[in-house]
Amino acid sequence: MAEIVLDKVTKRYPDGALAVSDVDITIADGEFIILVGPSGCGKSTTLNMIAGLEDITEGELRIDGQRVNERAPKDRDIAMVFQSYALYPHMSVRENMAFPLRLAKVDNATVTKKVEEAAKVLDLTQHLDRKPGNLSGGQRQRVAMGRAIVRNPKAFLMDEPLSNLDAKLRVQMRTSVSKLQRRLGTTTVYVTHDQTEAMTLGDRVVVMRGGLVQQIGSPQSLYEQPKNLFVAGFIGSPSMNFLPATLENGEVNTPLGAFPLTDRVRGLVEAANAPREVIIGLRPEHFEDATLLDDTERSRGGTFTATVEVLESMGSDKYAYFTLEGDAATSAELDELAADAGSHDTGDAGSQIVTRLSAASGAAEGAEAQVWFDADKLQVFDPGDGRNLTYAD
Amino acid sequence: MSHAIEEPAAPAKKGKKALSEGKRAERKLGLMLCAPAALVMVAVTGYPVLYSLWLSLQRYDLRFPDQREFIWFENYATVLGNSYWWTAFGVTALITVVSVVIELVLGMALALIMHRTLVARGLVRTVALIPYGIVTVVAAFSWRYAWTKDTGYLAQLFASDSDLLTQRVPALAIITLAEVWKTVPFMALLLMAGLALVPDDLLKAASMDGATAWQRFTKVMLPVMKPAILVALLFRTLDAFRIFDNIFVLTNGAQQTGSVSMQTYNNLIKGLNLGIGSTMSVLIFIAVAVIAFVFIKVFGTSAPGSDNGGKR
Amino acid sequence: MALIGATSKNGARARWALLDFVVVVYALVPVLWIVSLSLKSKETIADGNFIPRSWTLQNYVDIFRTSEFLRALVNSIGIAIIATVIAVVLGTMAAYAIARLDFPGKQVLVGVSLLIAMFPQVSLVSPLFEMERSLGLFDTWPGLILPYITFALPLAIYTLSAFFREIPWELEKAAKMDGATPAQAFRRVIAPLAAPGVFTTAILVFIFCWNDFLFAISLTSTEASRTVPAALSFFTGSSQFEDPTGTISAAAVVITVPIILFVLFFQRRIVAGLTSGAVKG
Repeated sequence: MAEIVLDKVTKRYPDGALAVSDVDITIADGEFIILVGPSGCGKSTTLNMIAGLEDITEGELRIDGQRVNERAPKDRDIAMVFQSYALYPHMSVRENMAFPLRLAKVDNATVTKKVEEAAKVLDLTQHLDRKPGNLSGGQRQRVAMGRAIVRNPKAFLMDEPLSNLDAKLRVQMRTSVSKLQRRLGTTTVYVTHDQTEAMTLGDRVVVMRGGLVQQIGSPQSLYEQPKNLFVAGFIGSPSMNFLPATLENGEVNTPLGAFPLTDRVRGLVEAANAPREVIIGLRPEHFEDATLLDDTERSRGGTFTATVEVLESMGSDKYAYFTLEGDAATSAELDELAADAGSHDTGDAGSQIVTRLSAASGAAEGAEAQVWFDADKLQVFDPGDGRNLTYAD
Repeated sequence: MSHAIEEPAAPAKKGKKALSEGKRAERKLGLMLCAPAALVMVAVTGYPVLYSLWLSLQRYDLRFPDQREFIWFENYATVLGNSYWWTAFGVTALITVVSVVIELVLGMALALIMHRTLVARGLVRTVALIPYGIVTVVAAFSWRYAWTKDTGYLAQLFASDSDLLTQRVPALAIITLAEVWKTVPFMALLLMAGLALVPDDLLKAASMDGATAWQRFTKVMLPVMKPAILVALLFRTLDAFRIFDNIFVLTNGAQQTGSVSMQTYNNLIKGLNLGIGSTMSVLIFIAVAVIAFVFIKVFGTSAPGSDNGGKR
Repeated sequence: MALIGATSKNGARARWALLDFVVVVYALVPVLWIVSLSLKSKETIADGNFIPRSWTLQNYVDIFRTSEFLRALVNSIGIAIIATVIAVVLGTMAAYAIARLDFPGKQVLVGVSLLIAMFPQVSLVSPLFEMERSLGLFDTWPGLILPYITFALPLAIYTLSAFFREIPWELEKAAKMDGATPAQAFRRVIAPLAAPGVFTTAILVFIFCWNDFLFAISLTSTEASRTVPAALSFFTGSSQFEDPTGTISAAAVVITVPIILFVLFFQRRIVAGLTSGAVKG
């Protein structure tokens, strides 16, 4: 059990490249914290620095109040689960799990006891004498977890531990990782590029981009109050819709039409000294089929009419896709998000928006639909620096 | 890492030359680990190659050491003006071309058998390794006795009343046979490695597209395997060009069946003429370099290991 | 349908079995022939029969009585083993560096060893002959061991660096996280994984050294260092006027035994070694 503090931790590579810059995180004892971001954001480097597998260039890493920058991994008493699981192929499952204990010169009886306990927890008892090569992906993953938990380390580090599993198993293992962590109460740092994992697993989430921490907070606060365009676009699935807009006389002029700002939004925007040209963000779930709403509800937002391009019926909801005329919103953050999602330059003119409508909606593909959105949920961003102008502390 | 870190990295990039402690240690360790191997290779090949160039410019016959003198390219004129040399060169080239072509065909067949057979795959692979592993001289003796008049079962079968090894054309054929027998498995292994790179799905897709077995082989397998084939051909051509053991045992170069390596050996060890021997060494080296150059530049063979010397 | 499927499958199996048989005959007949010759008595040795009419072990008894063969066998074994050990040790060091470390001149080293792998050995015979004579290495064990190491090194480096690249080096990190010192990580995790590759390479290098004839016949002149392949062509039989066919065959069979053993026990490894080195370089 331990508190881990990263104090202005920086990693600069020999060629001068800055991988991680001035990271400040205080991880409370027993906390489950997630480092999330697109590939190359520095999250794995940060994890490796906590592990001691990479040197810290500047700053200080403290575990339980003690500086550990100079300590070798083996002296930090931290266990790690690797993306590839890194199981020793020449050892049986039992030997793999016993390895850290053997290195710590634990006596045989205790080793056997601890390994068997861990195997029971992870449902590996009948596989103990098999080699990792003969196990399924899920079983290997559990062995890797087992090797981490047998010696009751101060903290667990997990480097995308579920990303090699297929989708269904991943969801299953996600819950068991979460249960296990709660049960053991061990401080855990978990790296992932999957925002769903980040949202569902962590007590707190650290969003990183280009070696810099963008925002730290609970999943819900990141979702509701993203500090900037990047966090807004990264968190949430399907992701937030972004549209270019202009602010004028308390109105916002968007490809959806011109609408008055609600008092709350107007107050925040004015306080933030917003420029004229902005980017607005609306989450898919803040849209609804206008025909399903009564007038009072309608009056709390704006309505627009457009042709449904694609309609995906999920059973519980319907996703309606529209393409709006005019230029799409552009900013460095959005480009990066698109590149990370692999949807860069799809060649579509105009901006596409995704709306999540009630299953009762009568919208049909190729037909016009009248869609309402909740104007009070509108987020306004500065296209220059990506800052959320509607962010309230 | 690249695009994501651009902004913060820009100022830091200026101070680029300074290598970190770890990087320098890594370089030092790398050099130290390679030094012994590099040293041995340079000492036993690099230096002798230069020395052999130097020797080739001298009149140097160990039987007449007093006559040693520097004569520029006279040895080259002597060798290149000598019909025995050109005969040996022709024989070497002929054996090389014929044996490599046959090896390619048989090697491909053997590779397919080893790769695809449904029965006794382990047995076939094991057995096929025997010709590869066996000492060339041993195999050569086996072939020699097999074709020796009276003694040999093959001689009895095909030519009971004449001694084929003493006639030029049959002798060359037997030399080629011995060479082919020994090296087909090696060729097959190299090609099998290439076969393993042809995805099964690709062949299935081709058959769905209506390709016959032969078309699948020529239109899908061969093109995908081309790099592996070229590497195998390069290896084998260079290897065949230095043929020595088989000829030494089978005919000892009689009836104009000697290769350039035989010629060199004869001049050097039997004739003790270091100048001429070295000249021939240099000429063989040049010939091999030309072959390698042709393969790499003209056919675009990628020399193995040249692309990425082991990036992590 | 099922029946047709079964028959066509049986047909395929039969066809493959036939092809397999052809391969077996191809590979074994020359070997069996030399074994047969070695077992023939002196009277029947020239009868041209593939299967001996009268069997005898006399040829083997004869060769083991002569120092000519015994001495050559000792030379062969000693030289091949020493050269193999040195080449594999040096090759392992270099291959580790090539596979794992970044340092200047790596490409040059790879290029040079490739060059040597393709080098016409006969081109080295003349200068080595002259150099070894003046250094006193001619007709000694080191005189053969040195060129063997040189020509075995490229083979060793290629094969080993291909193997080393396959090792999941993340395990080293995992071991460190599990509390291992660097030495423990190497000894308990990396060494057991690297050992098969090193062993395979040793077999290939040994076969290479065991096989050599050109250096053996050019750089030796007496029994002091002549290896079996070179000694075979100097065999004269037990008496000077006797036909040496039987004794040569027996000696040939003896030096083929280790090769057969290697192939039988390590077929998989040899195939893996030869192909990995060839494709991934």
